[in-house]
Amino acid sequence: MSKEIDEDLSNPEIPLPQLPGHSSRGRLERILRRGEFAITAELNPPDSADPTEVYNQGAIFEGWVDGINATDGSGANCHMSSVGICALLTRVGLAPILQISCRDRNRIAIQGDVLGAAAMGVNNILCLTGDGVEAGDHPGAKPVFDLDCMSLLETIRVMRDEGRFLSGRKIENPPGLFLGAAINPFAPPYDYRPLRLAKKIEAGAQFVQSQYCFDLPMLSEYMKRVTDMGLHEKCFIMIGVGPLASGRAARWIRNNVPGIHIPDTVIERIEAADDQKLEGKKICIELMQEIREMEGVSGIHVMAYRQEELVSDIVHRSGVLKDRRPWRKEPNIGDDHLAISGIENPDVIRD
Amino acid sequence: MGKASSLRNYVPAGANPIRRLGSRYTIRLWVIRHARSFEWVYATFAEVLLRLHWMWSLIGYQRVERPVVFVEKQVKQLLFDCRMCGQCVLGQTGMSCPMNCPKELRNGPCGGVRANGNCEVEKDMPCVWVEAWRGSQTMIASGAIQTVQTPVQNNLRGTSSWLRATAESAAQKERQS
Repeated sequence: MSKEIDEDLSNPEIPLPQLPGHSSRGRLERILRRGEFAITAELNPPDSADPTEVYNQGAIFEGWVDGINATDGSGANCHMSSVGICALLTRVGLAPILQISCRDRNRIAIQGDVLGAAAMGVNNILCLTGDGVEAGDHPGAKPVFDLDCMSLLETIRVMRDEGRFLSGRKIENPPGLFLGAAINPFAPPYDYRPLRLAKKIEAGAQFVQSQYCFDLPMLSEYMKRVTDMGLHEKCFIMIGVGPLASGRAARWIRNNVPGIHIPDTVIERIEAADDQKLEGKKICIELMQEIREMEGVSGIHVMAYRQEELVSDIVHRSGVLKDRRPWRKEPNIGDDHLAISGIENPDVIRD
Repeated sequence: MGKASSLRNYVPAGANPIRRLGSRYTIRLWVIRHARSFEWVYATFAEVLLRLHWMWSLIGYQRVERPVVFVEKQVKQLLFDCRMCGQCVLGQTGMSCPMNCPKELRNGPCGGVRANGNCEVEKDMPCVWVEAWRGSQTMIASGAIQTVQTPVQNNLRGTSSWLRATAESAAQKERQS
């Protein structure tokens, strides 16, 4: 199938036709299956009922990413719901990735949301366990954890492939979805992590996005085991990166956000720099360029929390997309020039 | 936030969270270190229960439920900090009870495990799944940890998983013969 189909979209509200061998009608699945290197980014959900905030953030990413993650109460903090954000993004033709965490809803609510989101045009779902309520702004909330990420994956896979709910009741029109999960190669038990990915693939994961990567040797050790097991052929692996705003922010993240591993060398390098924010960005770009060359990696997931405006620049300067430009509604004049100059002068980031 | 208040959502079977702060999980960790022996003990015990199937069905499974639950609860609470989910999967989790995970994960560790191998939520407790992985590797059925577990049936909480497993394997045996 030709590339034009998902780029020459005159009406963004009309779903794309489903290609043979695909499980969704989404752009992200098409790009990954075509063997392209994909980019996704995380949207910072607004604490507001105003849809324009979602549209504005979507516009920042438009033309630079192949999928936009809508977080589901990340860090157990309350924000606009992921289903709401995804529904808004589909209205303007952007490809959202719906994150579902098991912390806040039980199996009845989650399965209902899956159908609702699919009806709104959501093609990608990322299944997460979710942080504990203690981490967020409502530590007194009741943690649900009725399902876990694994049983959630299997539940949605059965809904899609066998057209039935967990109870066995039939679903008239099953949702067409591209199913994702999270991996964290940087948390113990390290030698079990590749097996955990294998288990997630068995449960239904078609793509995975990793936790922030700041430690390349650790990642390459993990990827070596994953490729030895052949897991990269069964599942698209996307590695998470993000710019650190300052040395202080990095230390805070390391001590307060569960599951994020930042080596001392990275923090020391940022603290030694004159412009700490720029140094954080440089580190992010260098990581992306090295991850791009790693065997078995299909894409990069950029999480630039509260620095979303940097994403386009980071993606552009890293040159990981080569000459490909993700879908956007109307191509801007000068885009071609921008895309080419970044590859020819990779040193521009050191100016 | 105080140590105790961070645990307010986490009440293991029969144990008050404040009292648990003193616990060093000694017995639980000892059992996991000896997962291979306990695997054998459990398999033998299951066989004994199965041989007594005639007796359970004579008295009636429903009538023996209460006394068996009483015994099961005492034994498993002591050894595994069991929380009586009623669907025991210890054989597939390296003899580390997954219901002790504050998120009650039954399919492996979350991404929040601390660098020292402790729990994200309860920072003084070794992660249930780090222990499970260690225990499972000493067991004969070391691959069982890869089984994808279905969600907990909450209506089975507090019932005897010994009797359920026995009844199920008896039924299976009958189907085969």
